[in-house]
Amino acid sequence: MTFAAGDDVVVSSRAHSGHHRTPGYLKGRKGTVLRVHERFRNPETRAYGGDGLPKERLYLVGFALSGGDQVLADIFEHWLEKAA
Amino acid sequence: MSHDHPHEPVTTAGEPPAAARVRALADLLVEKGVLGREDIRRRVDWLVSRTPADGARLVARAWMDPSFKERALDDARLAALELGLEPGESPQVIALENTDDVHHLVVCTLCSCYPKALLGPPPDWYKSLPYRSRAVADPRGVLREFGVELDEDVEVRVVDSTADVRYIVIPRRPHGTESFDEDALAALVTRDSMVGVAEPVPPG
Repeated sequence: MTFAAGDDVVVSSRAHSGHHRTPGYLKGRKGTVLRVHERFRNPETRAYGGDGLPKERLYLVGFALSGGDQVLADIFEHWLEKAA
Repeated sequence: MSHDHPHEPVTTAGEPPAAARVRALADLLVEKGVLGREDIRRRVDWLVSRTPADGARLVARAWMDPSFKERALDDARLAALELGLEPGESPQVIALENTDDVHHLVVCTLCSCYPKALLGPPPDWYKSLPYRSRAVADPRGVLREFGVELDEDVEVRVVDSTADVRYIVIPRRPHGTESFDEDALAALVTRDSMVGVAEPVPPG
């Protein structure tokens, strides 16, 4: 599943016991893709001496805070799902 | 775990515990052939040689040259190279523009990701748990503690550097600097203003 800027997405809330770069406070949260980055080596295998291949697409996703503010975070594609 | 290689004692009076851990880790990496002592020395020398002056040059140029600013917002790594600055090893660096309507604030909730090549080593508060946790929960409260009071209608965007991209803030250009040249502008740009926790120094 690839996404484009403007797409509504949900961060997967699955558990992951090893190293990963998806912050817990955003798991399960709905957000909007703001920017499509390049593909980068996967930190989940790089952390254990692997080559991190295949590269995974990275997205800048915006999440609403109260009062119209936002948190923006870079989330890898395999942690994003299409919002219902 | 027992081992049989010789090394210096792993603690020294007065030294923070983290220093002993770092030394033990460095010893192991060298012993296992992952890194050489020279690699470590070179990296530390590089890191401490970086200063926010490079980021300030990028910001000053962005204030003076709108097309350069657009390029920095798209790819600050290329923009830095254009100025002869060293953008470091991060595969991507992006500049974020603060305006009258939007205020960006950078954090790394997972560790301490930071645009070191352009800003130098991160300050201790940037790496602290209170900053990392509160920046995304109560950004306006954090900004207030840094002395930045934003109007209600200014949107705060907290940018959590969770992966490979590094972010540097282009703060709002202070009023009264229309006649300033690039060097004079760069002198107003502080490290904290490029993280988004402060405004630039007012002129005069």
